[in-house]
Parts: sequence; structure tokens; C-alpha cells
Amino acid sequence: MNNNEDKTLEEMTRDEKTHDERTLGETLRSQGISRRSFLKFCAATASMMAMSPAMIPKIARALEQARRPSVIWLSFQECTGCTESLTRSHAATIENLIFNTISLDYHHTLQAASGTAAEAAREAAMKENFGKYLLIVDGSIPLDNPGYSTIAGISNVDMLMETAAGAAAIIAVGTCASYGGIPHANPNPTGAVSVTDIIKDKPIINVPGCPPIPVVITGVLTQFLTFGSLPELDDIGRPMAFYGKSIHDRCYRRPFYDKGLFAETFDDEGAKKGWCLYKLGCKGPTTYNACATTKWNNGTSFPIESGHPCLGCSEPDFWDGGGFYKSISMPTENITKTVIYTAAGAAAAGVAIGAINRSRKNKAVASHSKTGIDDLSK
Amino acid sequence: MSEIEFLSWVRGPGFQIATIIFIAGVFIRIAEILLLGRKANLAEAKGSEMSSGLRTVLTRSVPDKATFQRSAYTFTAGYIFHLGLFVTIFFYAPHILMFKDVIGISWPSLPSPVVDAFTVVSIIALLVILAHRMSNTVLRFLTTGEDYLVWLVTFLPFITGYIAFHRMWLTSPTLIAMHILSVELLIIVLPFTKLMHSFTFVLSRWYGGAISGYRGVKS
Ligand code: SF4
Ligand code: SF4
Repeated sequence: MNNNEDKTLEEMTRDEKTHDERTLGETLRSQGISRRSFLKFCAATASMMAMSPAMIPKIARALEQARRPSVIWLSFQECTGCTESLTRSHAATIENLIFNTISLDYHHTLQAASGTAAEAAREAAMKENFGKYLLIVDGSIPLDNPGYSTIAGISNVDMLMETAAGAAAIIAVGTCASYGGIPHANPNPTGAVSVTDIIKDKPIINVPGCPPIPVVITGVLTQFLTFGSLPELDDIGRPMAFYGKSIHDRCYRRPFYDKGLFAETFDDEGAKKGWCLYKLGCKGPTTYNACATTKWNNGTSFPIESGHPCLGCSEPDFWDGGGFYKSISMPTENITKTVIYTAAGAAAAGVAIGAINRSRKNKAVASHSKTGIDDLSK
Repeated sequence: MSEIEFLSWVRGPGFQIATIIFIAGVFIRIAEILLLGRKANLAEAKGSEMSSGLRTVLTRSVPDKATFQRSAYTFTAGYIFHLGLFVTIFFYAPHILMFKDVIGISWPSLPSPVVDAFTVVSIIALLVILAHRMSNTVLRFLTTGEDYLVWLVTFLPFITGYIAFHRMWLTSPTLIAMHILSVELLIIVLPFTKLMHSFTFVLSRWYGGAISGYRGVKS
């Protein structure tokens, strides 16, 4: 057996394959990723997705064999923050490479083509991979007037319906696509809705966050590539592996919360000592996301670590929670006014009712007749 | 309705509705009582109404020996849960934040585990009270549907608060929302039931004391 000959043969076959036919393993290797770091990635993914270590070789094998899936990415009413989050990692991570390995056939921010050529690419990808491609959506869809947001003259809702028809599954990236997000915030001027509000007959995975954590996307993609299946979701469509625990459950400031030690302002002693940010409006207790464990900026930290309360960005209507610096136990609306008006109104009503009671009493007294000896003898 | 929507509703419109009913109910009822008026007392005053009235508002908080001995059970358990109510409502940090938002003032809180302990003791006291009420023949005879309703709406905030604090069974937004909802129920029911005593006790105690004060006797 001549190993060298084998290898050359393997390489030769690989080179003959067109780019699209290559498996993920081959692509990764051609990009200089060692087997060791690839396995490391698989292990990290398994642990992140709460799978047993026994799954690691399985993941590795399946991933290596996987073909690059065709992905169509539609951006509707969004700020491009989600795309930024996914593409602006500071170092080339493997997660990133997995992301690069998919065949991103349409993404109007990232693709070189524009106008008719771009639309043609989308249509071609849809036709070629009908029933098999992944559809990623970021941004909400305006329903009030289709003209509020269009791409190449096609309204968002039409494009979504058309593209969703042939999708194997849809990933709604970011809070806007998942739950309507900022465009949906009160008073929702465009009538913005989420993907789930429109598409009812396809598996939809919500990956909310403003923006969402990049590894959550690659985690979901990995699972899809490995097992051809979709992750287990919670009741609002989020992968349990990432959104199963609240920020508060995993927050390192939790002992301070339990002891009742809170920062009152952003620069008091409590803030300096790293006490709990509940009083500064932290939404950690009602927010389900992976920030506290996966962290941001290549695992540097997460907002609470830099002294800012959680905004609750991965939850529906996080923008309408009465203000980012209002704690959960406070009413969302201005209640003081309500109290004053009601008290004034009620006091007036009380006086009126009191007056009526009084006049009733006086009348009763006036019409009261005494029982005399004559009545008794009747 | 997602759980966050549920939470937003109880913190927003739900809280508004409950507050309006609560404030309106309490104000109208107190205004009614005050405006009932009293017949002019033609007898000569032998002492001050005001000081005796105010003193009685405080002194009636301590039961006299005989009354206490007659129903030690009710008194002890009743005391415990009233104290528990006071501590949990007014000294738990998140609650103080709510007061601060509504009335603009705040005060120091107790550590959460201390409030938690008060909650547990209060829950036990409330259960003891219910058991006693249901097992004592005379008490059961005197108990009306309203009494059970009043017990329930007082018990719910305690138990939902305890569960929410310890995050048992359900997820946090739902638990917190259920707790807030239970409090909204309590304050809606309050002005129209005997729970109104949380305000009128001052009036009735004062009145009792004032009568004695006028007559120059000890209340
Ligand atoms: S900082 Fe926020 S998430 Fe952390 S313990 Fe406090 S309330 Fe919970
Ligand atoms: S800490 Fe909260 S607001 Fe900040 S990114 Fe994480 S989930 Fe969103």
C-alpha cells in the first residue's frame, strides 16, 4: 500500500469535483483546517447543544460527509445588525468557516451581484434546490402597505411567500424576523409582523436577539447538516439548547441578587463592587438567551459583565417593556397620573354618593312617623 | 399570547385597570363613611376626642388578655400573617421599586432570604387559619363565601410570589406575570369586601377611642 499514492489520488479526485459538489470536510481541509481543530469544533458544538460526548464522532462523520446546502438569505425591514453580527467576528473561527462553507446563493448585502442578476441567482437557486434549500430571514415584514419595503420591486411579503414555498426549513434570524422586533414596537407604523405570523406550513426556527449570537446560527446549521433535523424548540420557536435557560439563571451576579445587594446607579459603590443590576432595569430574569455562557466578541464578555443591565433583546416586544432602565417589578406605563386622576375622580364621586346618602337619610327621617298608643290599639 | 406578552399586559393595561378600580373603590368608600356624619353630641365633653382616638388606633393593635385567651389560635396565626404581609409587601426590593415608580419614594429593603422566610411562615399561618376556620364548628357556621374569597385572594399573591422567587415548574416571565396578576386580583377585590379593613381599621379604631375620650373614660 502506498499511502502517498492514495493521497494523491484522493486529492486528484477532489480537485476534479466542482466546488459545489465538495463535502464540508473537503472544503474545510482545503481551507487549511486541521482534523484536530475540526474535532475540537465538533466537541464544542456537542457540548453547546447539550449532546452527549458520544455524539462527537457522529457529528464529525456526518459533517465531513455533508454537502454544502444552498442557503437563500432574505433581508426585510432590518438594520443589517444581524448580518454584521454573523460576519464581523474578529478572528477566523471554525464557526465562521462552517458559515462560509454553506452555499450562500442569495444575500443582497453580501453578494456581488445586484439588480436583475441578483434576483436571477435567487430564482436559479430556488429552482435547482427546490424543497431542499434553507431559507434565512432577517427583518420583519410590513403588512400595512406592501410599498413600505420592497426588493427589486417585489414586496417583502410576496418574496417571502414565494421563497418559502420551496424551502426545507426557515431560520428567522434576529428578533425582528422572529417576533417583529423594533419595527413591530408600539405603534408599529408599518404593520410589521414576524415570519411565523405569515408562514404556517414550514418548520421555522427562531434565532432571536438584537443581534443574535453568531454561534447559535452555526449551531443550528451544524445540527441541520449533521442530522438533517431541526433542534428541539421552546414554545416560541427558539432552540432549547441555547434559549433553554434565562440570563438570570446563568448570571455570575446572581449571588448578589439572592442576597439583595443591588447597584442603585451606574457609578455607586454597588456598581463598582459588581452587584446585581436588577434595580437598573435588568431584564435577565425574564430573558432566555445564551449570552451569559457563550458571551460576545469571541467570548470576551457579555453586557452584564460590563455593568449594563440586560435589555431582554431575545424576547418578543422587548422594546415595549416600559423602558430599558425600568425594572421588571415596575408597571410599564406611567401609573402616577392614573392614581392622581382616579383619586380625584373617585373623591368627587364619593362626595356625590355621600350627598345622595345624606339626602336619603334626611328624607327617611322626615317621613318617619312615630307609633303612638292609638296605632297599637288599632 | 406569548408569556412575555402576558407579562407586558399585567405590567401595563392590567395594572392600570386594577389600580383604577382599587383607588376609586377605596376613595369612594372612605368618602361615603366620612360623609355619613355624626349626630351632634349635646353632652359636655369631658376629654379630648382626637388624642384618645389616635391613641386607640395604636393600642388596639395589642389584644387584651381575655380576648387573646379566648381565641389564641386566630390571634397568633393572624398576627403572624399580617406581619408577613407587611414585611413582604413593603420590604422586598422589587416591591419597593414598584412603590418608588408609583408614589415616588423609596426606603431600604431587607435581604431576599429574610423576606423569603417571612413568606414561608405567612403561607403556613394562612393555611393554619383556613384549617382552623373549617374545623371549628362555630367558625365554620359563621363563615360566608366572601370569607373564603378573601382568604384566597390574600393567599394567592403569597404562593405565586414564593413560586416565582424560587422559579418552580414554569418559566420566569409566566411566574412573575401570574404573581402580578394575583396582586391585581387582590387589589380589585379589596375595596368591595371586608379586606377594606386595611384602611377602615384606622377610622373605626379612632371612632371607638374618640367616643371614650369625649366621655373622659379610658378606651
Ligand atoms: S444582573 Fe440581571 S441577570 Fe444578573 S442576577 Fe441581577 S437581575 Fe439577574
Ligand atoms: S444580555 Fe440581554 S439584551 Fe444583551 S444581548 Fe444578551 S439577551 Fe440581549
